[in-house]
Amino acid sequence: MKQRSTLPPTEELKTKSLRIVPPSGLGVWLTGLTAAAMSFLAVFAMALALTAGLVAQNWSSELQGRATIRILPSNENSAQQLDMLLQILAQTPGILKAQPLDSATQTALLAPWLGDDIPFDALPLPQLLDVTYAGERYDFEGLRLRLAAELPDAIIDDHMQFRGPILAAAQQLRWLGYGALGLILSVTAMMVVLAANAALAANGTVIKVLQLVGATDRYIVRAFVRRFALRAFLGACFGCLCAVLALHYMPKVAENSAFLRAFGFVQGQWIWPVALPFFVAGIAYIATRWAGYRKLKELI
Amino acid sequence: MIAFEQVAYSYGGTATLSDVTVQIASGSFHFLTGPSGSGKSTFLKLCYADLVPSLGRVSVFDQDTHALIRDDLPQMRRRIGVVHQECQFIEHLSVIDNVILPLTVAGRAALPKDVTDLLNWVGLSSVVGMTPAALSGGERQRVALARAVITSPEIILADEPTGNVDWEMSLRLLTLLVELNKMGKTIVVATHDLNLIRTVKAQVAARVLRIKDGRVLLAGADL
Repeated sequence: MKQRSTLPPTEELKTKSLRIVPPSGLGVWLTGLTAAAMSFLAVFAMALALTAGLVAQNWSSELQGRATIRILPSNENSAQQLDMLLQILAQTPGILKAQPLDSATQTALLAPWLGDDIPFDALPLPQLLDVTYAGERYDFEGLRLRLAAELPDAIIDDHMQFRGPILAAAQQLRWLGYGALGLILSVTAMMVVLAANAALAANGTVIKVLQLVGATDRYIVRAFVRRFALRAFLGACFGCLCAVLALHYMPKVAENSAFLRAFGFVQGQWIWPVALPFFVAGIAYIATRWAGYRKLKELI
Repeated sequence: MIAFEQVAYSYGGTATLSDVTVQIASGSFHFLTGPSGSGKSTFLKLCYADLVPSLGRVSVFDQDTHALIRDDLPQMRRRIGVVHQECQFIEHLSVIDNVILPLTVAGRAALPKDVTDLLNWVGLSSVVGMTPAALSGGERQRVALARAVITSPEIILADEPTGNVDWEMSLRLLTLLVELNKMGKTIVVATHDLNLIRTVKAQVAARVLRIKDGRVLLAGADL
């Protein structure tokens, strides 16, 4: 309780609407906490969706226009088979480049799977060719049939054929992330509505007094909306900050995993966690406004 | 200014007011009396459209309160000052903030000189920074009165304004209302204190309405 000997200046008297809703209370506190927790989860869902999208995009661009041809070891002269294959590929429309892999490269590819101590030179390994082709102009099925007829030991693998499902899985993971994000934001809106309802019910006297002195519904709702949107914004800022720090300090346990290595945000994607508190505040604004008008109509 | 035409009001099937026809002229001073539970508060609530009649029509400023759309209600209430026995305030705001609340919600600036004059008039200039909870019953009533009149409303409705205060404070509050009436305001005071009515009637030409069995009657000189 404070004594004031002089009246406040006019400017101060005109800005009281912000303080009409009590600064404390379960509803307001709950809104801040909910916004913080949900924003924390939303940042992770967002990172999941964006990372899955990025990985899918990277894989897609890496695999686009690439195929591998294996010449299985046989009694035939492998050098002749390779020359024949190169001729076939040169005659095939859409093939831009065919590059035989040297033994060192093939050994490096196999070493992670078979170990370093295997005498690769003594093994009957297939000869691999890295083929680059130009999109739609490449007739995979035609080439496969020609190879089967003219060079049966040569087998073509289009990367997109066997890595397509992985791409699809990455895409699904991305949509799962967006779905989780949508659910999180929906729950945030519902929690804010519940908290706003609780606050409106708890502040029945405040509302009654405001109505008695001629406050419009808009004025009353705006006072609550400001309080809740501000609390939601501050809570979301805190939640986002915690999530970003958690992402930054996440243990680097999977350097070989392209997905986990990339988990988080890159460059322009940082706009999303920065924008999230504003978005949550917007949700709180709409949710409180809706709950406020609904509650006021119930009161009279 | 306020007109009741064959008004009835029921709470849950129990008739509180029935067939009430009353005219309250602009600039008049009316007392509304009757025993507890007779319907005095209901009558006043009908006046400021906190309730709408079950039957009949209540007109305030020539507007049927039942026909008012939601957005018109606040505009009408800004022209009416209300003082309750159980003064309701926004308890976390200071006395001054509560007093200027009608101006704040109307988006009007409170001129410090006007507010100072008003607070001096009700004798509250020393408590402006306190919260309402720290005030005595009489001080709360005067804060409520200051809040009710700060927008210079045309009608002032007081529901048992002296219910929680001593005789001296009751007279002081009623004197303030008489002064407002002399400024041209329409005053309606609900009270069951007949001694107070008799005392005030010596100062102002007040009419007394008595509520009995749900009906409103004009009381005679003997009250």
